[in-house]
Amino acid sequence: MSVKGRVFKYGNDVDTDVIIPARHLTSADPKHLAAHCMEDIDASFVSRVSAGDIMVAGSNFGCGSSREHAPIAIKESGISLVIAESFARIFYRNAINVGLAIMECPEASAAINDGDEVEADFDSGVIRDITTGETFEAKPFPEFIKRIIEAGGLVQYTKLKSEA
Amino acid sequence: MGMTMTQKILADHAGLKEVRAGDLIEARLDKVLGNDVTTPPAINVFKNMGADDVFDKDRVIMVPDHFTPNKDIKSAELCKCMRCFAKEHDITNYFELGQKGMGIEHVIIPDNGLILPGDAIIGADSHTCTYGALGAFATGVGSTDLACAMVSGSTWFKVPDGIKVVLKGIPGPYVTGKDIILHLIGMIGVDGALYKSLEFTGDGVASISMDQRLTISNMAIECGAKNGIFPVDEVTLNYISVTNPSRFSKGEYKTYEADEDAYESTIEIDLAEVPLTVALPHLPSNTRAAKDVKDMKIDQVVIGSCTNGREEDIKTAAELFKGKKVADGVRCIVIPGSQRVYRKALDEGWLAVFDDAGCVISTPTCGPCLGGHMGILAEGERCVSTTNRNFVGRMGHVKSEVILSGVPVAVASAVVGRVATPDEM
Ligand code: SF4
Repeated sequence: MSVKGRVFKYGNDVDTDVIIPARHLTSADPKHLAAHCMEDIDASFVSRVSAGDIMVAGSNFGCGSSREHAPIAIKESGISLVIAESFARIFYRNAINVGLAIMECPEASAAINDGDEVEADFDSGVIRDITTGETFEAKPFPEFIKRIIEAGGLVQYTKLKSEA
Repeated sequence: MGMTMTQKILADHAGLKEVRAGDLIEARLDKVLGNDVTTPPAINVFKNMGADDVFDKDRVIMVPDHFTPNKDIKSAELCKCMRCFAKEHDITNYFELGQKGMGIEHVIIPDNGLILPGDAIIGADSHTCTYGALGAFATGVGSTDLACAMVSGSTWFKVPDGIKVVLKGIPGPYVTGKDIILHLIGMIGVDGALYKSLEFTGDGVASISMDQRLTISNMAIECGAKNGIFPVDEVTLNYISVTNPSRFSKGEYKTYEADEDAYESTIEIDLAEVPLTVALPHLPSNTRAAKDVKDMKIDQVVIGSCTNGREEDIKTAAELFKGKKVADGVRCIVIPGSQRVYRKALDEGWLAVFDDAGCVISTPTCGPCLGGHMGILAEGERCVSTTNRNFVGRMGHVKSEVILSGVPVAVASAVVGRVATPDEM
């Protein structure tokens, strides 16, 4: 599977409070969350993003609260993939569990610019910056995560297990 | 290479003799926790899964603490969703507002004796790592993880590497657990322990009370750690002998000791050198000695939260506020972390001290800590807070600022009207 889109670039330590501020957590409706996604660091994000676009950030993306609302908000906003130097661990878990694609790749995170056109292949882990022509290789997913993804997410994985 | 405390607890809960950092394991859980923000989405997943019941009604904990007493209609609906589910599934440890034993989840769960040394716990709240103070493995997860664990009583973990944090000596006057953990986060950064365990050890541990250990473990997540764990010693055993006398006397807990060569790295902290510390906006790692930032005027002070809303914190605040007044132009909000702490503060006369000083006293709630209610900041306002996060917009307007501190600096700041230390009062 591969995705292609325009890049929204952010810095290090993007926390879940700016991805989706707590004042909006009184509803877990994905549409409501997406409407406020990133508003505290990038007020125009919601109006500019279109389906398939890609988010690129620095280290420790998604640090802070355990709110699953954060990866849901990003996914629902239309973002098809988040590439970061590294992810905070609860965000990493949540993204996988809710089916938001993520890739860890320090080189891509450093080199890709805001607004670039980028293409990424989940199976090979290859990320290509179409605008600059550069290619990068992301760390492949660990085996167990592949198994969860194959099952269609943690819910299906748990279902399969409890039936087994 | 030997195993860390965390690795030994995980191995036991996975039914394995040995685990190594990076191993993927499936572990049995002793407790599974959710709150009013994270449980309703988990209940949705639970229902979509077609699950009939939770794995064990005694091992699932539900606490409505974030937006409670319900701040608006939507939050009332969230709480109602959780309350109905708890009733339907006869959840033993569902806590209702005003009940004895109620309060902020990470204050009441240890205090009600629900965690014992050697337990493994996940909670759909990032500060679940608080319980590491009791020598348990505890870590935060999301709502889908919570839903699946509510069904299966187990979850997957990637076994973390360990960082050994050696605490030496005795802290100086007014220096609390908060200063120690802020100091550590300042040293290693907000991702300094990403995916790893912090394991505290050293002769300095003995001098740190349980309430302060809970503060330290609470903020392990603020440097990215999966968990932050303390060894089990006399302080721990005294604590559980009071909070859960029946299981304590039956010896229903387990202590683990790390192997000497188990750690990936070691950090040493001389407690005597830890200054009264604050974290300036907008990251918990942006630390300074409080005495070096005395030019910062403030509008509000918050004393409370799962970080510093425990009995010792509120007692310290009362002792320092005695005979003092909150400065003109400053609002000070004191939030005891639980009904029990609130009642203690009432019986001991601490509430009267706060009232005399010009503080407002709130019912136990997360409230302003996450910018929920009960003390939201306006544009351009600045707050000294004993909470654990000072991210952009955390406590209100995007252009408001939060400075994190321990209780003594918070009280001194309220009295002086800017970031201050107790010797200035
Ligand atoms: S007090 Fe603050 S940090 Fe603690 S559980 Fe509540 S919102 Fe989270």
